[in-house]
Amino acid sequence: MARTRKAPAPPLPKPLRAPPPRPSEQNGKGGALQDAKEAGTTVVDWIDERTSLSGAGRWLLFRKVPKGTNWFYTLGSATLFAFLSQAVTGVFLAMYYRPDPAGGAYESIRHVTNEVFLGQFVRGMHLWGASVMVILAFLHMGRTFFFGAYKYPRELNWVIGVVLLILTLVMAFSGYLLPFDQRAYWATIVGVNINGTGPLIGPYLSDFLRGGGEFGATTLSRFYAIHMLLVPGLIVALIGAHLYLVTKLGTTAPPWSKAEETPELREAEV
Amino acid sequence: MVGAANGAGVIAAAAFTLPALGFALGPIFKKTPHTWETVGTTGDFNEDNYVPVVFTLTPGIGEAGKTTAYVRKFNPKIDTDPYDRDSQYIAISSRCAHLGCPVRWVDAAERFICPCHGGVYDLLGRRVGGPPVRPLDRFYTRVEGQSVQLGPRFSVNSELQRFSPRDPGEPLDGIGQYLYPSRPTERKL
Repeated sequence: MARTRKAPAPPLPKPLRAPPPRPSEQNGKGGALQDAKEAGTTVVDWIDERTSLSGAGRWLLFRKVPKGTNWFYTLGSATLFAFLSQAVTGVFLAMYYRPDPAGGAYESIRHVTNEVFLGQFVRGMHLWGASVMVILAFLHMGRTFFFGAYKYPRELNWVIGVVLLILTLVMAFSGYLLPFDQRAYWATIVGVNINGTGPLIGPYLSDFLRGGGEFGATTLSRFYAIHMLLVPGLIVALIGAHLYLVTKLGTTAPPWSKAEETPELREAEV
Repeated sequence: MVGAANGAGVIAAAAFTLPALGFALGPIFKKTPHTWETVGTTGDFNEDNYVPVVFTLTPGIGEAGKTTAYVRKFNPKIDTDPYDRDSQYIAISSRCAHLGCPVRWVDAAERFICPCHGGVYDLLGRRVGGPPVRPLDRFYTRVEGQSVQLGPRFSVNSELQRFSPRDPGEPLDGIGQYLYPSRPTERKL
């Protein structure tokens, strides 16, 4: 069997290519100014020589997309940015938050909202960003469904996406309790009891969520750990798998775009 | 060599996974001791109307651990329970049997009404309207000297038979009691 030839690496787009040297610059010995100009390239080269990351970077970022790709294809990236925004604002909120059900949790959220510089803004970003992320995830899912982009060979990516949607909803649910005001408390009571209405495993599920038979001392810290450690880790890992598959398999053309006429193919078919 | 390394890896992974899992699941199986909370004296309650009392159900978490019960004296004319040591006083839990919101006793209507999804219960806590799947839960009561005390929670089906405490939303009629098993750590008395 003949050795298959490796496909050439996708070319860099024009603005990123190095310009040819100007006549005034002698190759190789341009002096300190020239060295300073090329410092960035040198550093990147140093890293790339030891990691070969530039190939992976080009593979991820400069891939070919089908004709007819439009703004609907950006909904996945929009969801990713909503997640990154949640991650960053969440880390800074965690610097002030105390998961103490005997009053400390409510007090720390009050402190963030009313006293910390930009605290109300960051908390607002996190609060509204949660709804934005859920909405964007559903829109992204709708795009995938109506464009038929879940079909072979992309079924696994659909499955991963569904798990990501469920984890996003788990985040929205577990984060709702953390302000620990009246609304948070009663909404969580109702939400946990909805889980409990599942036959046979329901009662065990709600006991697991509460950490016992009644809303107790560890329920809040349990929700906090789920919200900021357990589920975010899973989401990051699954987003990685999701993006890998998108890059590996490529995106689909919109359903209304037609294949180009190829006379040779037509003849061969007959 | 390879087998030993893999085996060591499995043992090392189990060494942190299993304790962590036990740590997460442990509280579910922990048996909580019964506490009896004094909520008033025998003179505070009558046979015809409910008196709301607030008491601590879960200690250590401040206001969030408190709950409300509606208490009255056993009334032989309306109550169908067996009259025994545990039912000299009737204590109805304010936790709605639909999804756990707090119901309140509306005197003019003589009904318990839930603000969340419109559950309505009669004087005995039996459902008369809305989405709840069983009557309101009750608490065991006892009299120590002059003080009335409330104990653990129990659930009732639509005939007011006693069952081990269940969460809201879990019916107890028909096969309900088998579809929604009770906790082995919490039994009726």
